[in-house]
Amino acid sequence: MAVTRNAEATKAAKKTGPVTAWLTRHASTAVGSLGRLVRQPAASLMTILVIAITLALPASLHLVIKNAEVISGGWEGALDFSLYLKPGTSLKQAQALANIIGKRADIESVRLITADDALREFKAASGFGDALDHLTSNPLPHTLLVRPSSRSTDGSISLLREELGNLPETDVVQIDTEWVQRFHAILDILQRAGVMAAALLGIAVIVIIGNTIRLDIQNRREEIEVTKLIGASNAFIRRPFLYSGLWYGLGGGLLALALVSYGLSALEVPVGRLAGLYGNSYQLISLSLKESASIPAIGMFLGLAGSWTAATRHMRRIEPR
Amino acid sequence: MILFKDVTKRFPGGYEAIRGLDMSVDKGEMVFVTGHSGAGKSTLLRLIACIERPTSGQVIINGQNTSRVGRSRIPAYRRQIGMVFQDHKLLYDRPVFDNVALPLIIAGFGHREAGRRVRAALDQVGLLKKEKQRPETLSTGEQQRVGIARAIVSRPRLLIADEPTGNLDPDLSFEVMRIFRRFNEVGVTVLIASHDLSLIDRLGCRQIPLENGRLQVPKEDTAVDDYIADADTISGPEKWL
Repeated sequence: MAVTRNAEATKAAKKTGPVTAWLTRHASTAVGSLGRLVRQPAASLMTILVIAITLALPASLHLVIKNAEVISGGWEGALDFSLYLKPGTSLKQAQALANIIGKRADIESVRLITADDALREFKAASGFGDALDHLTSNPLPHTLLVRPSSRSTDGSISLLREELGNLPETDVVQIDTEWVQRFHAILDILQRAGVMAAALLGIAVIVIIGNTIRLDIQNRREEIEVTKLIGASNAFIRRPFLYSGLWYGLGGGLLALALVSYGLSALEVPVGRLAGLYGNSYQLISLSLKESASIPAIGMFLGLAGSWTAATRHMRRIEPR
Repeated sequence: MILFKDVTKRFPGGYEAIRGLDMSVDKGEMVFVTGHSGAGKSTLLRLIACIERPTSGQVIINGQNTSRVGRSRIPAYRRQIGMVFQDHKLLYDRPVFDNVALPLIIAGFGHREAGRRVRAALDQVGLLKKEKQRPETLSTGEQQRVGIARAIVSRPRLLIADEPTGNLDPDLSFEVMRIFRRFNEVGVTVLIASHDLSLIDRLGCRQIPLENGRLQVPKEDTAVDDYIADADTISGPEKWL
């Protein structure tokens, strides 16, 4: 008789088309699950908010790193280094050296900062003006600011530095961009830490949703028992819970997106002001369309994963008594 | 349709609810399992529904040995049997219509066909006008009839009921039994556990009397003939196998 009944069901399904019937079934389960969440707005919103915050954290960290990379990317071209000449070098020698170096093909430009210029600048900027007036001689050396040609590679630049450093007039070569490299190293560490944090927070979302679904299953224990008695399979009973997880994930993802966008817009003005102070007009980079879409998508995936684990684990334990 | 061969059900702790029971129900029969509470009536039904498995012996339903129905095939197995419970086991968060439609939705029927069958089932138990109501707004008798509609909506060939009239007054009980009788008349095999002997006598169906998990041995001479007649059917399972 099982065969007869299944045949009847198939016949019934054929009238509307099996795919349509399947879709209708899933759609009604999805809508039913959504309705259940809407009917308990406070509890659902709490869960969604927790998920949203958990998702927003790695997303904003990602944005911070992304913006820092773009800002520091502008500095990457700054390959300049300073050549401090030996204290005894005369102004003429310094000018001659600047001319010679300036003619080299691998050099874009050389600027000479004379010891007098440097002292004047230092006096103006340091605030030690009066104290410095008491100096009998200028302790500062002449300096050449060297900018390698834009075609230089990392290797050719370090060779160039070595070569210029070995000149008899040179005292010290100071690389101005070292801190940029350090900054990049820090960013790299941050990025890795961000990936780890994102993974942990992702697990947190799975646990949050899993726990919510577990409670939901416990509350509906009687209903599950009755449906099992009537002959529902585990898959049938699990389905609405999977959709709940999916909705939680989607809701959390969308809210996370809203939180991140709100945070960005709140930071826009102060960042603009800061950039203005540097004579710059930097605009914060927001999430790309792909990234924006991936937050709710990740939320849905995590929601599904969480509800799947919870439902599969607890469903088996509920058997009609 | 139903065959018990030397079935014993022992619960953890050693309590034996059914002891070496042999019995059978033919296709198209309407039979009552009777006995005091604790006699093993419910366990017998639960063995049929695969809620419990026999400790020893065989329970064969429509040619299927329940011991060989694997965990994953239990849902499909249960869908062949209509079940009515003393406490109705309705879902109180949804209207009558949805309750009755549940077995069809589980089986994957389309909405239109399901709707047609649900209305037919509700019509048969006389609740067609109450499809939109919630179960808690109905009387106990009406709730029981919703339970019956749900049990028969997918047109099972076997209907089992555990004390379906346990909470009903005599008139309502008789009404519920008449509904079962009507299904039996169109070929559904019906097995009902009940202790309401006066009601069963009015219906005049065969009885399987249980006592301490065994078939009850008749005490009066007049009943012996009946018992032998019953034993005949028991010893003749080939009739329906």
